[in-house]
Amino acid sequence: MSETLQAMLRSAIPAVDFCSMRYQRSRDELLTVRQNVPEPVRRYDDAGVMVTICHDGGLGYAATCDLTPSGLTEAVRRAKRFAAMTARKGVTDFGAIAMPAPQGEYVGPEEIPWASVSLGEKFDRLRKAAARLKIDDRIVDWETSFWHTDAESLYITGNGGCVRQQMNYFAPAMSVTANQGSQTQTRTLGSLRGQCKQGGMEVLEMCQFKHAPRQLAEEALALLQADDCPTGTMPLLLASDQMMLQIHESIGHPLELDRILGDERNYAGTSFVTPEMFGTYPYGSKLLNVTFDPTRPEQFASYGYDDEGATAKKEFVIQDGILRRGLGGVISQARGGIPGVANGRACSWNRPPIDRMANLNVEPGDATLAEMIAQVERGVYMKTNKSWSIDDSRNKFQFGCEYAELIENGKLTKVVKNPNYRGLSATFWRSLKAVGKKETVGVFGTPYCGKGEPNQCIRVGHASPACLFDNVDIFGGA
Amino acid sequence: MKEYTMRDYFYSLAEELTRCCAGSEVLLMNLSGEDSDFARFNKSLVRQAGTVTQRYLSLELIDGDRHATETFVLTGQKDNDLARANEVLTNLREQLPLTPPDPYLLYATEVNDTEQISDNRLGSTEDCLAAILQAGQGKDLVGIFAQGSQFAGFANSLGQRNWFDSHSFHFEWCFYAKNAPGDKAVKTGFAGFEWSDEDFARKVDDATKQLAILAQPAKTIDPGAYRVYLAPTALAEFVGLLAWGGFGVKSHRTKTTPLLKMIESDATMHESVNLSENTREGLAPNFTAAGFVKPDAVELIRAGRYGDCLVSPRSAKEYNQPVSAGSEAPQSLDLAAGRLADDDILSTLGEGIYANQLWYLNYSDMPAGRITGMTRFATFWVEGGKIVAPLNVMRFDETVFNALGTNLLALTERRDFLPSSETYEHRSVNSSRMPGAVIDDFRFTL
Repeated sequence: MSETLQAMLRSAIPAVDFCSMRYQRSRDELLTVRQNVPEPVRRYDDAGVMVTICHDGGLGYAATCDLTPSGLTEAVRRAKRFAAMTARKGVTDFGAIAMPAPQGEYVGPEEIPWASVSLGEKFDRLRKAAARLKIDDRIVDWETSFWHTDAESLYITGNGGCVRQQMNYFAPAMSVTANQGSQTQTRTLGSLRGQCKQGGMEVLEMCQFKHAPRQLAEEALALLQADDCPTGTMPLLLASDQMMLQIHESIGHPLELDRILGDERNYAGTSFVTPEMFGTYPYGSKLLNVTFDPTRPEQFASYGYDDEGATAKKEFVIQDGILRRGLGGVISQARGGIPGVANGRACSWNRPPIDRMANLNVEPGDATLAEMIAQVERGVYMKTNKSWSIDDSRNKFQFGCEYAELIENGKLTKVVKNPNYRGLSATFWRSLKAVGKKETVGVFGTPYCGKGEPNQCIRVGHASPACLFDNVDIFGGA
Repeated sequence: MKEYTMRDYFYSLAEELTRCCAGSEVLLMNLSGEDSDFARFNKSLVRQAGTVTQRYLSLELIDGDRHATETFVLTGQKDNDLARANEVLTNLREQLPLTPPDPYLLYATEVNDTEQISDNRLGSTEDCLAAILQAGQGKDLVGIFAQGSQFAGFANSLGQRNWFDSHSFHFEWCFYAKNAPGDKAVKTGFAGFEWSDEDFARKVDDATKQLAILAQPAKTIDPGAYRVYLAPTALAEFVGLLAWGGFGVKSHRTKTTPLLKMIESDATMHESVNLSENTREGLAPNFTAAGFVKPDAVELIRAGRYGDCLVSPRSAKEYNQPVSAGSEAPQSLDLAAGRLADDDILSTLGEGIYANQLWYLNYSDMPAGRITGMTRFATFWVEGGKIVAPLNVMRFDETVFNALGTNLLALTERRDFLPSSETYEHRSVNSSRMPGAVIDDFRFTL
């Protein structure tokens, strides 16, 4: 990122109550091998600037990919026009909010740089992994892929702020599909790019990319022969690659302050959580401890500063089961008078920041996986998210997994297919009966969290141990 | 870029860049972009408003059976853009020998020029905002207004040129019932190419009338099977989920389609179900990124039986089929009308659920075509052929073969044209044309 760019952005800042310039560039590379055939390399180089202006209480933005001086001048003119258009018509007096003026730099981890490994070697790794997925004629589709993003940003404010950030995002993926007649079963490496992390090629070791194929293929075949998941109210043990989704949908989204303030009611929805619940509401059993933690370097949504300039730090959102704070950035905190976190984030240069969950994690407890299984007389152990659906208040949910095993008399006894469960967020977490030790923690995330108007698809991270829940409504396929 | 229209600008870039091809090289160029204004509202006030200018150029360099693609932003300043494009072209040329051969590479080699050009009749964003804020006075209005120009172009070194532009607005909003818990709201869409105060006032008036019903005490029903009416917006969600893996030839050959039972065990939908990808009457460009011109329509479901698949260029090569689509997800879904008159909807429903919207659909058993999701917004309980109360949200879990097959009682004769309001990465050009449907024994579970 050149000093010239910084100087150009700085010099374009007009005399207004507040102005920020957010430059973002992301260079993406997507490599795929499907059925042992390499697909064409896809590369994207996306860059632009978002100008945000607060003036006379109004707030306007203008995003442009024209990074010439005249392009920036035009963007500033447009942002001022929108600030004027919305003055005294906004949901709050934006001029009354003290916007941060951060100074600093954040560089994410990268032990083995993506660029240090040749294209040929990357395809070689993908090919070898793909070949290990095709272990039987009933395997009808199989695919491996790498998605790497080299991202950099520069945030400059008229009140003296200047932040540079640089991250490498790596989202490997693997899927294998087995079919027999009208029965099809798919296993993936942690769902839809769920193994995404920050870092370089070392991420492949973290997610067992080399060794996972055989097990995934065998599990897909085993599911073809399996009985359907039983129906009933019983204990449910969730692996960390399903806990990821459970946290995301039934804790993360309901605690977003912009939902609670009503911004999302036309699209992503509202929340069953109301402002007066913070500080007292028993969200879960006393075993539930949830943190907003953008400081864990390898997690997918780690950063030093959010896109409103707030400094990122770890915060307990739920502590010993009690709801402590919401997931809202500087502007939402000021609007709602609710404690929040540094999570005003935009998916790219062409969208304004809104409240996003970033990394939201369940803290580990004290049970081993074997101890949790041993507690269950009859229940189900589910792995890897496959299906997700929840109401607009983030309360009535139904989730499905790729793979499950029946637990009988304290032991895993047999594979069952098409596992699903449903419940209410407001009560589900209170049935949390045991929380796994750190040895059961998996670090997952997704590049595909959608929200906002205009819509934004953003990266989030979720680290969680395996967890045991009591009295869950479980069922199988058609 | 004052001296050029975007089309002329793109064509001038194409002229210069395609001239750089050497030997057996072929260059494909795809442009996409928009100049869009956005304003989002909450509680009848503005939450965020602004504008986005974005232009992406994708260059695909092909030599024999090797190809590589890079997409990058254009500033709109020709010298800058040509220099950047030439740099990308040089990189692609260097990468090509290192790129594995692709047995499924397919691109259009017959030159087929097309142009879809529209006039810009959009009003000023200031005037639209003023009208929206006026409509929200005394009410709880929340939603998103978007308007502006969108464009897409294709060019190749074989001489083909294709162009698409559109200038449209879309205001999608809810009036929330005050002092009512949950999502008691009337959701309305108002979209087109020229803002009309009269048409907007009519939409606001209709929504205001429905809002009065939502202020009544809500009813909660037990899980079970109920007769339902899915309004066109609700049916679009249900049928739209099938777009996720339902109609592509790849999902059929790899047995991952939710319509698997139609292939493997002769499952059918009701004979009145005729579903097509209707490119001719949709809003999306009629050409693909590989330069193929799409057919006017592809019949996906014909009289309740599986018709034709959507076939991308890559799948066309892999499965030896003719190209019929860019990607294998439909962009312009069209479900044929039925015979049920609007006036007969409530009497046909008799007792049951009148659902204007469905929400957050997903598969609970994909190979079985089983779908779960929620009711949302203005959903009503009907008794004796009359709306008697708003209904609290319910979760359904039902197979497509029941809902659009054995339990489908009627499709309405009136259809709604529903432009997509999605704005992920760019304003969507997808749309659907849907009737409403009365369905018996629709299963609700939570």
